[in-house]
Amino acid sequence: MTTTQTQAAAQLPIENPGEAYKRRKTTRGNFELYSWVFMRASGVVLLVLIFVHLFVNLVAGEGITAIDFGFVAGKWASPFWQVIDLVMLWLAMLHGTNGMRTIVNDYAERDGLRMWLKIALYTAFVVVTVLGTLVIFTFDPCPADAPANLLPSFCTA
Amino acid sequence: MPSAPAGTLYRGREGMWSWVAHRVTGVLIFFFLLVHVLDTSLVRVSPEAYNAVIGTYKNPIMGLGEAGLVAAIVFHAFNGIRLMLVDFWSKGTRYHRVMLWVVMGLFVVTMAGFLPRHLMHVFGGE
Ligand code: HEM
Ligand code: HEM
Repeated sequence: MTTTQTQAAAQLPIENPGEAYKRRKTTRGNFELYSWVFMRASGVVLLVLIFVHLFVNLVAGEGITAIDFGFVAGKWASPFWQVIDLVMLWLAMLHGTNGMRTIVNDYAERDGLRMWLKIALYTAFVVVTVLGTLVIFTFDPCPADAPANLLPSFCTA
Repeated sequence: MPSAPAGTLYRGREGMWSWVAHRVTGVLIFFFLLVHVLDTSLVRVSPEAYNAVIGTYKNPIMGLGEAGLVAAIVFHAFNGIRLMLVDFWSKGTRYHRVMLWVVMGLFVVTMAGFLPRHLMHVFGGE
């Protein structure tokens, strides 16, 4: 470096002397940071929700053999299980989609391929999350035209 | 950009394998969940439709598949907690390898509690 250049640099005024130091001055946002935090926060909640889900559906009572329409109706007749399943659905789909996004970014190096994979991923996210939400909110444990022996016992009461 | 495929440059021991396993189990659970929400949505079609499809799952092959799915989730969940401890706990990086053994231990204990009961349901007849 020549003497003149060093002097020029030293004479540059500091634009905003009181400003806190920022390592990164670009303004592309903090999306990756938030997504990193979200993966961890959602993970903790999902651990509880999914372990409860698996215990109630696979271990308690008759386990997997007990699952049929009556079983689901018995659970979703209660707002408690509706809320639990709704939160589980959204957190698991967001967590899983975000994780898949990372993996697509890692392995799909061609721009075109990466774009199409992400379009497929986000489409799957929207379709499945909306469908699952509608199913929970529009569920009827006692559909009028169904045979009574398939329904939970409280329907006849 | 490096021309070697991304993701194969990792070299290492437990750290690398637990990362691969975390990734593989995450993908597996994700695809399961897509199918799972679709088949559960059959409760809105009719009780018969839901029972018919769930009925086709009630055989030993699917029963073993469920066991595999649970194993994947139990590993992913415990290992996920380990990743968080590595990130947030001040001694996390020092004990990451020890914690992987704790994860494997908890995995074995959890599966030992789950498998006999599930396999009993699957193979026990009725
Ligand atoms: C083999 C293991 C599993 C079985 C037998 C099973 C069974 C069921 C059943 C019977 C329902 C109906 C409602 C209820 O019972 O709460 C349901 C709903 C649900 N399950 Fe599972 N499940 C399993 C694993 C999982 C896993 C691993 C996840 C998360 C990744 C999950 C996420 C959900 C969600 C989000 C719903 C609500 C679906 C909707 O909104 O339509 N399940 N599951
Ligand atoms: C049971 C509780 C769960 C916990 C504690 C958990 C925890 C985590 C953590 C900490 C990460 C790391 C993110 C990173 O490295 O930045 C992660 C990644 C991931 N998770 Fe989960 N998770 C859970 C459930 C799930 C479920 C239900 C799915 C699928 C629907 C899933 C799919 C993924 C995927 C695809 C990744 C990306 C893997 C990678 O980038 O290598 N996880 N999880």
